[in-house]
Amino acid sequence: MRPRLKSAQAAILAGLLLGAMLGADAQGQALPGQVLPGQALAFDRSKGNCLTCHDIKGGDAPGNLGPQLADMKAWFPDRKELTAIVFDETKRNPRTVMPPFGRNLILTDGEIEAIVDFLYTR
Amino acid sequence: MKTFRAIASVVVTIAALAIAGARPATAADSIDPDADFKAFRDYFTKRFPNVPLNDFVNGPYSMDAELRKQWQAIDDFPPYDFAIDRGKQMFATPFKNGKTYGDCFPDNGVGIRQNYPYFDLQSGEVITLELALNRCRETNGEEPYSYVKDEMASLTAYMAFTSRGKPFDIKIPNDPRALAAYQKGEEYFYTRRGQLNFSCASCHVQNPGNHIRTEVLAPALGIVAAMPIYRSEWNSMGTMSRRLVTCNSQVRGVPLKPQDELYRDVEYYLSYMSNGLPVSGPGARP
Repeated sequence: MRPRLKSAQAAILAGLLLGAMLGADAQGQALPGQVLPGQALAFDRSKGNCLTCHDIKGGDAPGNLGPQLADMKAWFPDRKELTAIVFDETKRNPRTVMPPFGRNLILTDGEIEAIVDFLYTR
Repeated sequence: MKTFRAIASVVVTIAALAIAGARPATAADSIDPDADFKAFRDYFTKRFPNVPLNDFVNGPYSMDAELRKQWQAIDDFPPYDFAIDRGKQMFATPFKNGKTYGDCFPDNGVGIRQNYPYFDLQSGEVITLELALNRCRETNGEEPYSYVKDEMASLTAYMAFTSRGKPFDIKIPNDPRALAAYQKGEEYFYTRRGQLNFSCASCHVQNPGNHIRTEVLAPALGIVAAMPIYRSEWNSMGTMSRRLVTCNSQVRGVPLKPQDELYRDVEYYLSYMSNGLPVSGPGARP
């Protein structure tokens, strides 16, 4: 019989592991110990996977199917517009190859908000 | 056909408007493979005016000079050589009943890859090289091979190698069933699917030459010519079936079974679009 971790201990341990994983994924942008969930979600291949198509400062080996994501505040003064693009860009541009992250349940609404937060730091 | 024009004509029209004035959109509703062929080829040759027509069969290397250099460096010792040798040996080895693969094909199976797939008027279906090979085995009392790699890729590698340089010569007989197969293949190619909502054309018509991460997307024109391919990503050989199944998985869609009728129809459509281009297989890809 294995000793069971108390739930508080387990939560701390999980948090440390997650932090280490996310920290590694955040590619040097996070301060030591700091987790940037939006960036981690944006760069995670099973989540936003934005780098497959977009050049984003802080990410390695980007693709170029979509435009570079920079100067986002000037580009999208209206947050709703940027959020809507991540949710389902086919609504605005039927020919886009950008996956409809919200409509097809690739990302939750909360994850999209976190990614949008991150994009506004770029 | 309608589908291709719906997607490609927008791109073509935009490009044409910018370069040489408006190009009248074709608005036929009937199945017209010849018109499709012309529109398809024009789209790629206008978009990539510096790529020689016969170079499209080299896929991503036709799009990217740096990648081409890397390819030429490894092509002195091609990673598919073992598959050609093995396929040649398999062709020379009789089945238990004494017959050979060569007995199942015109010209003993040598130099005929450019004629596949073809539409069989008797059975009313598209026959690919892979399907013909397994039917050959079964007719001669042998178990069929997996369609995606290993033995099947060796056999098709050898058959492609003996056909290198021969221009694709895919025919669509004047039979409603053949036209229907062609049209189904075309529709499949342009239909979006999977959680990521990609069609085959999203990458290979809309974005050839562009990068998915560091990978250079191949143009749909000539994309069948290099099959089967050794992919470094797979660390092994793969057939056309393997490529189609993998593409469907990559867009988080549900792949069909290898050699499903629809996959064969897609190959029929794409091969017809590549008519006149030379067989370049087997190929090597990153």
